[in-house]
Amino acid sequence: MELSTEVQMDLHRRMVRIRLFEEAAGRLAEAAKLPGFLHLYVGQEAVASGVCATLSDDDQITSTHRGHGHLVAKGGQFNEMMAELMGKATGYCKGRGGSMHISNLDVGMLGANGIVGAGAPIAVGAGFANKYADNGNVSAAFFGDGSTNIGAFHEAANMACALKLPVLFVCENNEYGEFTARKDTMAITDIVDRAAGYGMPGVIVDGMDVVAVHEAAVEAAARARRGDGPSLIEAKTYRFYNHHGVQNLGLKYRTDDEVALWKERDPIFTFEDRMIEAGTTTRDDIDAVWDEVRTDIETAIEFAENSPLPDPDAVLQDVYSPREEVPA
Amino acid sequence: MSRKLSYVQAFNEAVRQEMEANDDIFCAGEDIGAFGGVFQSYAGLQAEFGKRRVVDTPISEQAIIGLGVGAAVTGLRPIVDIMFMDFICVAFDQIVNQAAKLKYMFGGAATIPLTITTGGGGGLSAAAQHSQSLEALICHIPGLKVVHPSNPYDMKGLMTACIRENNPTIMIKHKRLLGMSGEVPEEQYEIPLGTANVLREGKDVTVVGWGRMVNEALTAADQLAADGIDVEVIDPRTLQPLDTDTIVESVRKTNRAVVVHEAVRFGGLGAEVAAQIQEEAFDHLDAPVGRIAAPFSPVPFSPVLEAHYLPSVDDIQAGIRAAVARPGA
Repeated sequence: MELSTEVQMDLHRRMVRIRLFEEAAGRLAEAAKLPGFLHLYVGQEAVASGVCATLSDDDQITSTHRGHGHLVAKGGQFNEMMAELMGKATGYCKGRGGSMHISNLDVGMLGANGIVGAGAPIAVGAGFANKYADNGNVSAAFFGDGSTNIGAFHEAANMACALKLPVLFVCENNEYGEFTARKDTMAITDIVDRAAGYGMPGVIVDGMDVVAVHEAAVEAAARARRGDGPSLIEAKTYRFYNHHGVQNLGLKYRTDDEVALWKERDPIFTFEDRMIEAGTTTRDDIDAVWDEVRTDIETAIEFAENSPLPDPDAVLQDVYSPREEVPA
Repeated sequence: MSRKLSYVQAFNEAVRQEMEANDDIFCAGEDIGAFGGVFQSYAGLQAEFGKRRVVDTPISEQAIIGLGVGAAVTGLRPIVDIMFMDFICVAFDQIVNQAAKLKYMFGGAATIPLTITTGGGGGLSAAAQHSQSLEALICHIPGLKVVHPSNPYDMKGLMTACIRENNPTIMIKHKRLLGMSGEVPEEQYEIPLGTANVLREGKDVTVVGWGRMVNEALTAADQLAADGIDVEVIDPRTLQPLDTDTIVESVRKTNRAVVVHEAVRFGGLGAEVAAQIQEEAFDHLDAPVGRIAAPFSPVPFSPVLEAHYLPSVDDIQAGIRAAVARPGA
């Protein structure tokens, strides 16, 4: 598949937006400006970007505790995201969700999720609704290698296949479930081996190569849209920072050499080199993208910092939906 | 109005009539399609509405609830069945951490019009994993609503209200009431969630009970009337939100209260009812609020053990007599 310049630059911009959002979030966390937990997506940008570039706002995704990247890639706006991370009233969730529950239904992002594996059954439900309405939309569940060890994943994958639902199962295999190596928690090397057990096709892609991810996602989405059921994509990737927080080196559960090796395969920089070499774009054009996104980030931080905190009396709002509310 | 339906037929009719009126409603669960469900709650619905709208699922409780949550948040109005209430434990993450919380965590943006139906209660020698009354666990979770009808009329009206509700709502069918017969109007009607029903008026003591136990309390009350004890019996019908006002108003009149439930006494919903009564009507009470409930053990299998374990009409009578025996103020 030969991707147009437009698509390639779109993939690139999505990745840059994730990278700069996450690095800004990391700096703000270090400055104690973000309450709560922070799970950064840096290093894995090619996966969310490659998949979401083939989805529209009417397609849905479910995400994980490491969810900012998925929302950015799906079209989430920096202002509302940054405000949510700061717990402000102007955030996507009015300060009720924070980093771990960030969501925006308008772009089909059905929530980051603090429970490992819990997004997959919800994506199956969205897929069911799409098939029920025969609307040609698909849902994609993002999840880590570790979550394929939890029962919810198994139930979701089996049910999606049994009911032949338009669902993409996108595994981000970053080789660690929190602080424990994948090899210590499962007897297989490739998550894709599990696909056959459910009766769906599975493919391994280089999760540091946004084009490879995108091509696999285009194929899986097309398959789902034409009614042929779910697929599993395993993207081999790596998170550059710790499970949570902004530390990356000097940790006990993985070596600094390993981190350095993966960083050489940075999904953004390697893609830029390839595009320049192929004459798709120029260094100046690439720099312009980074500058534009940096400006957007600065604007978002300013927006979030100047935003009001939630009214403490609002704590009881939105526990229940009123009867007159018309569901989406 | 003279037509009679059983409790389970009333459930079935509520679902069928709502499905006829609204294509956004579908049902999913184990064995509910061709077979109609192990309690025949969904009998005939797949034949009438097809496999698109009445879906047999794998034995996957987490995915069944997840199917409902994901479909609800994307615009459908699912009814999903968890065969036995004990099995909600298998799906507790999707119920407690997902269904109940998405709306709140998303800043109000999500609407989850999801009905979860399940069979609760003991009395069938179904033993420890198929007999529990776990309403206290789910009533404890903000974001959920919980309904437990005690008769066919309430079943139809409450199930209709559950389906039309815009929140995750758990409808507990009592397994021992499935065949209970009663008058049920053919036309659709709703019993608003959160409204208690005063089943019997009395002036000496208020008895609060739900599910099968409130019917046992009515029997106890009829027998006590012969001894001149005038019992008021209240069925909250909805356990979350609980109609505390109706209960407190009654206690202010009778000055005494007893709560009856099939769930174990410790940490049961009776403790919440008792606490609310003492908070709202302390100065009116002439006796401690009594609690008649199961002892603190799993539900036993052998009929003789289970009969001893479940609160009986005699147990309820004894509890009421103890409450009225205390000298008044």
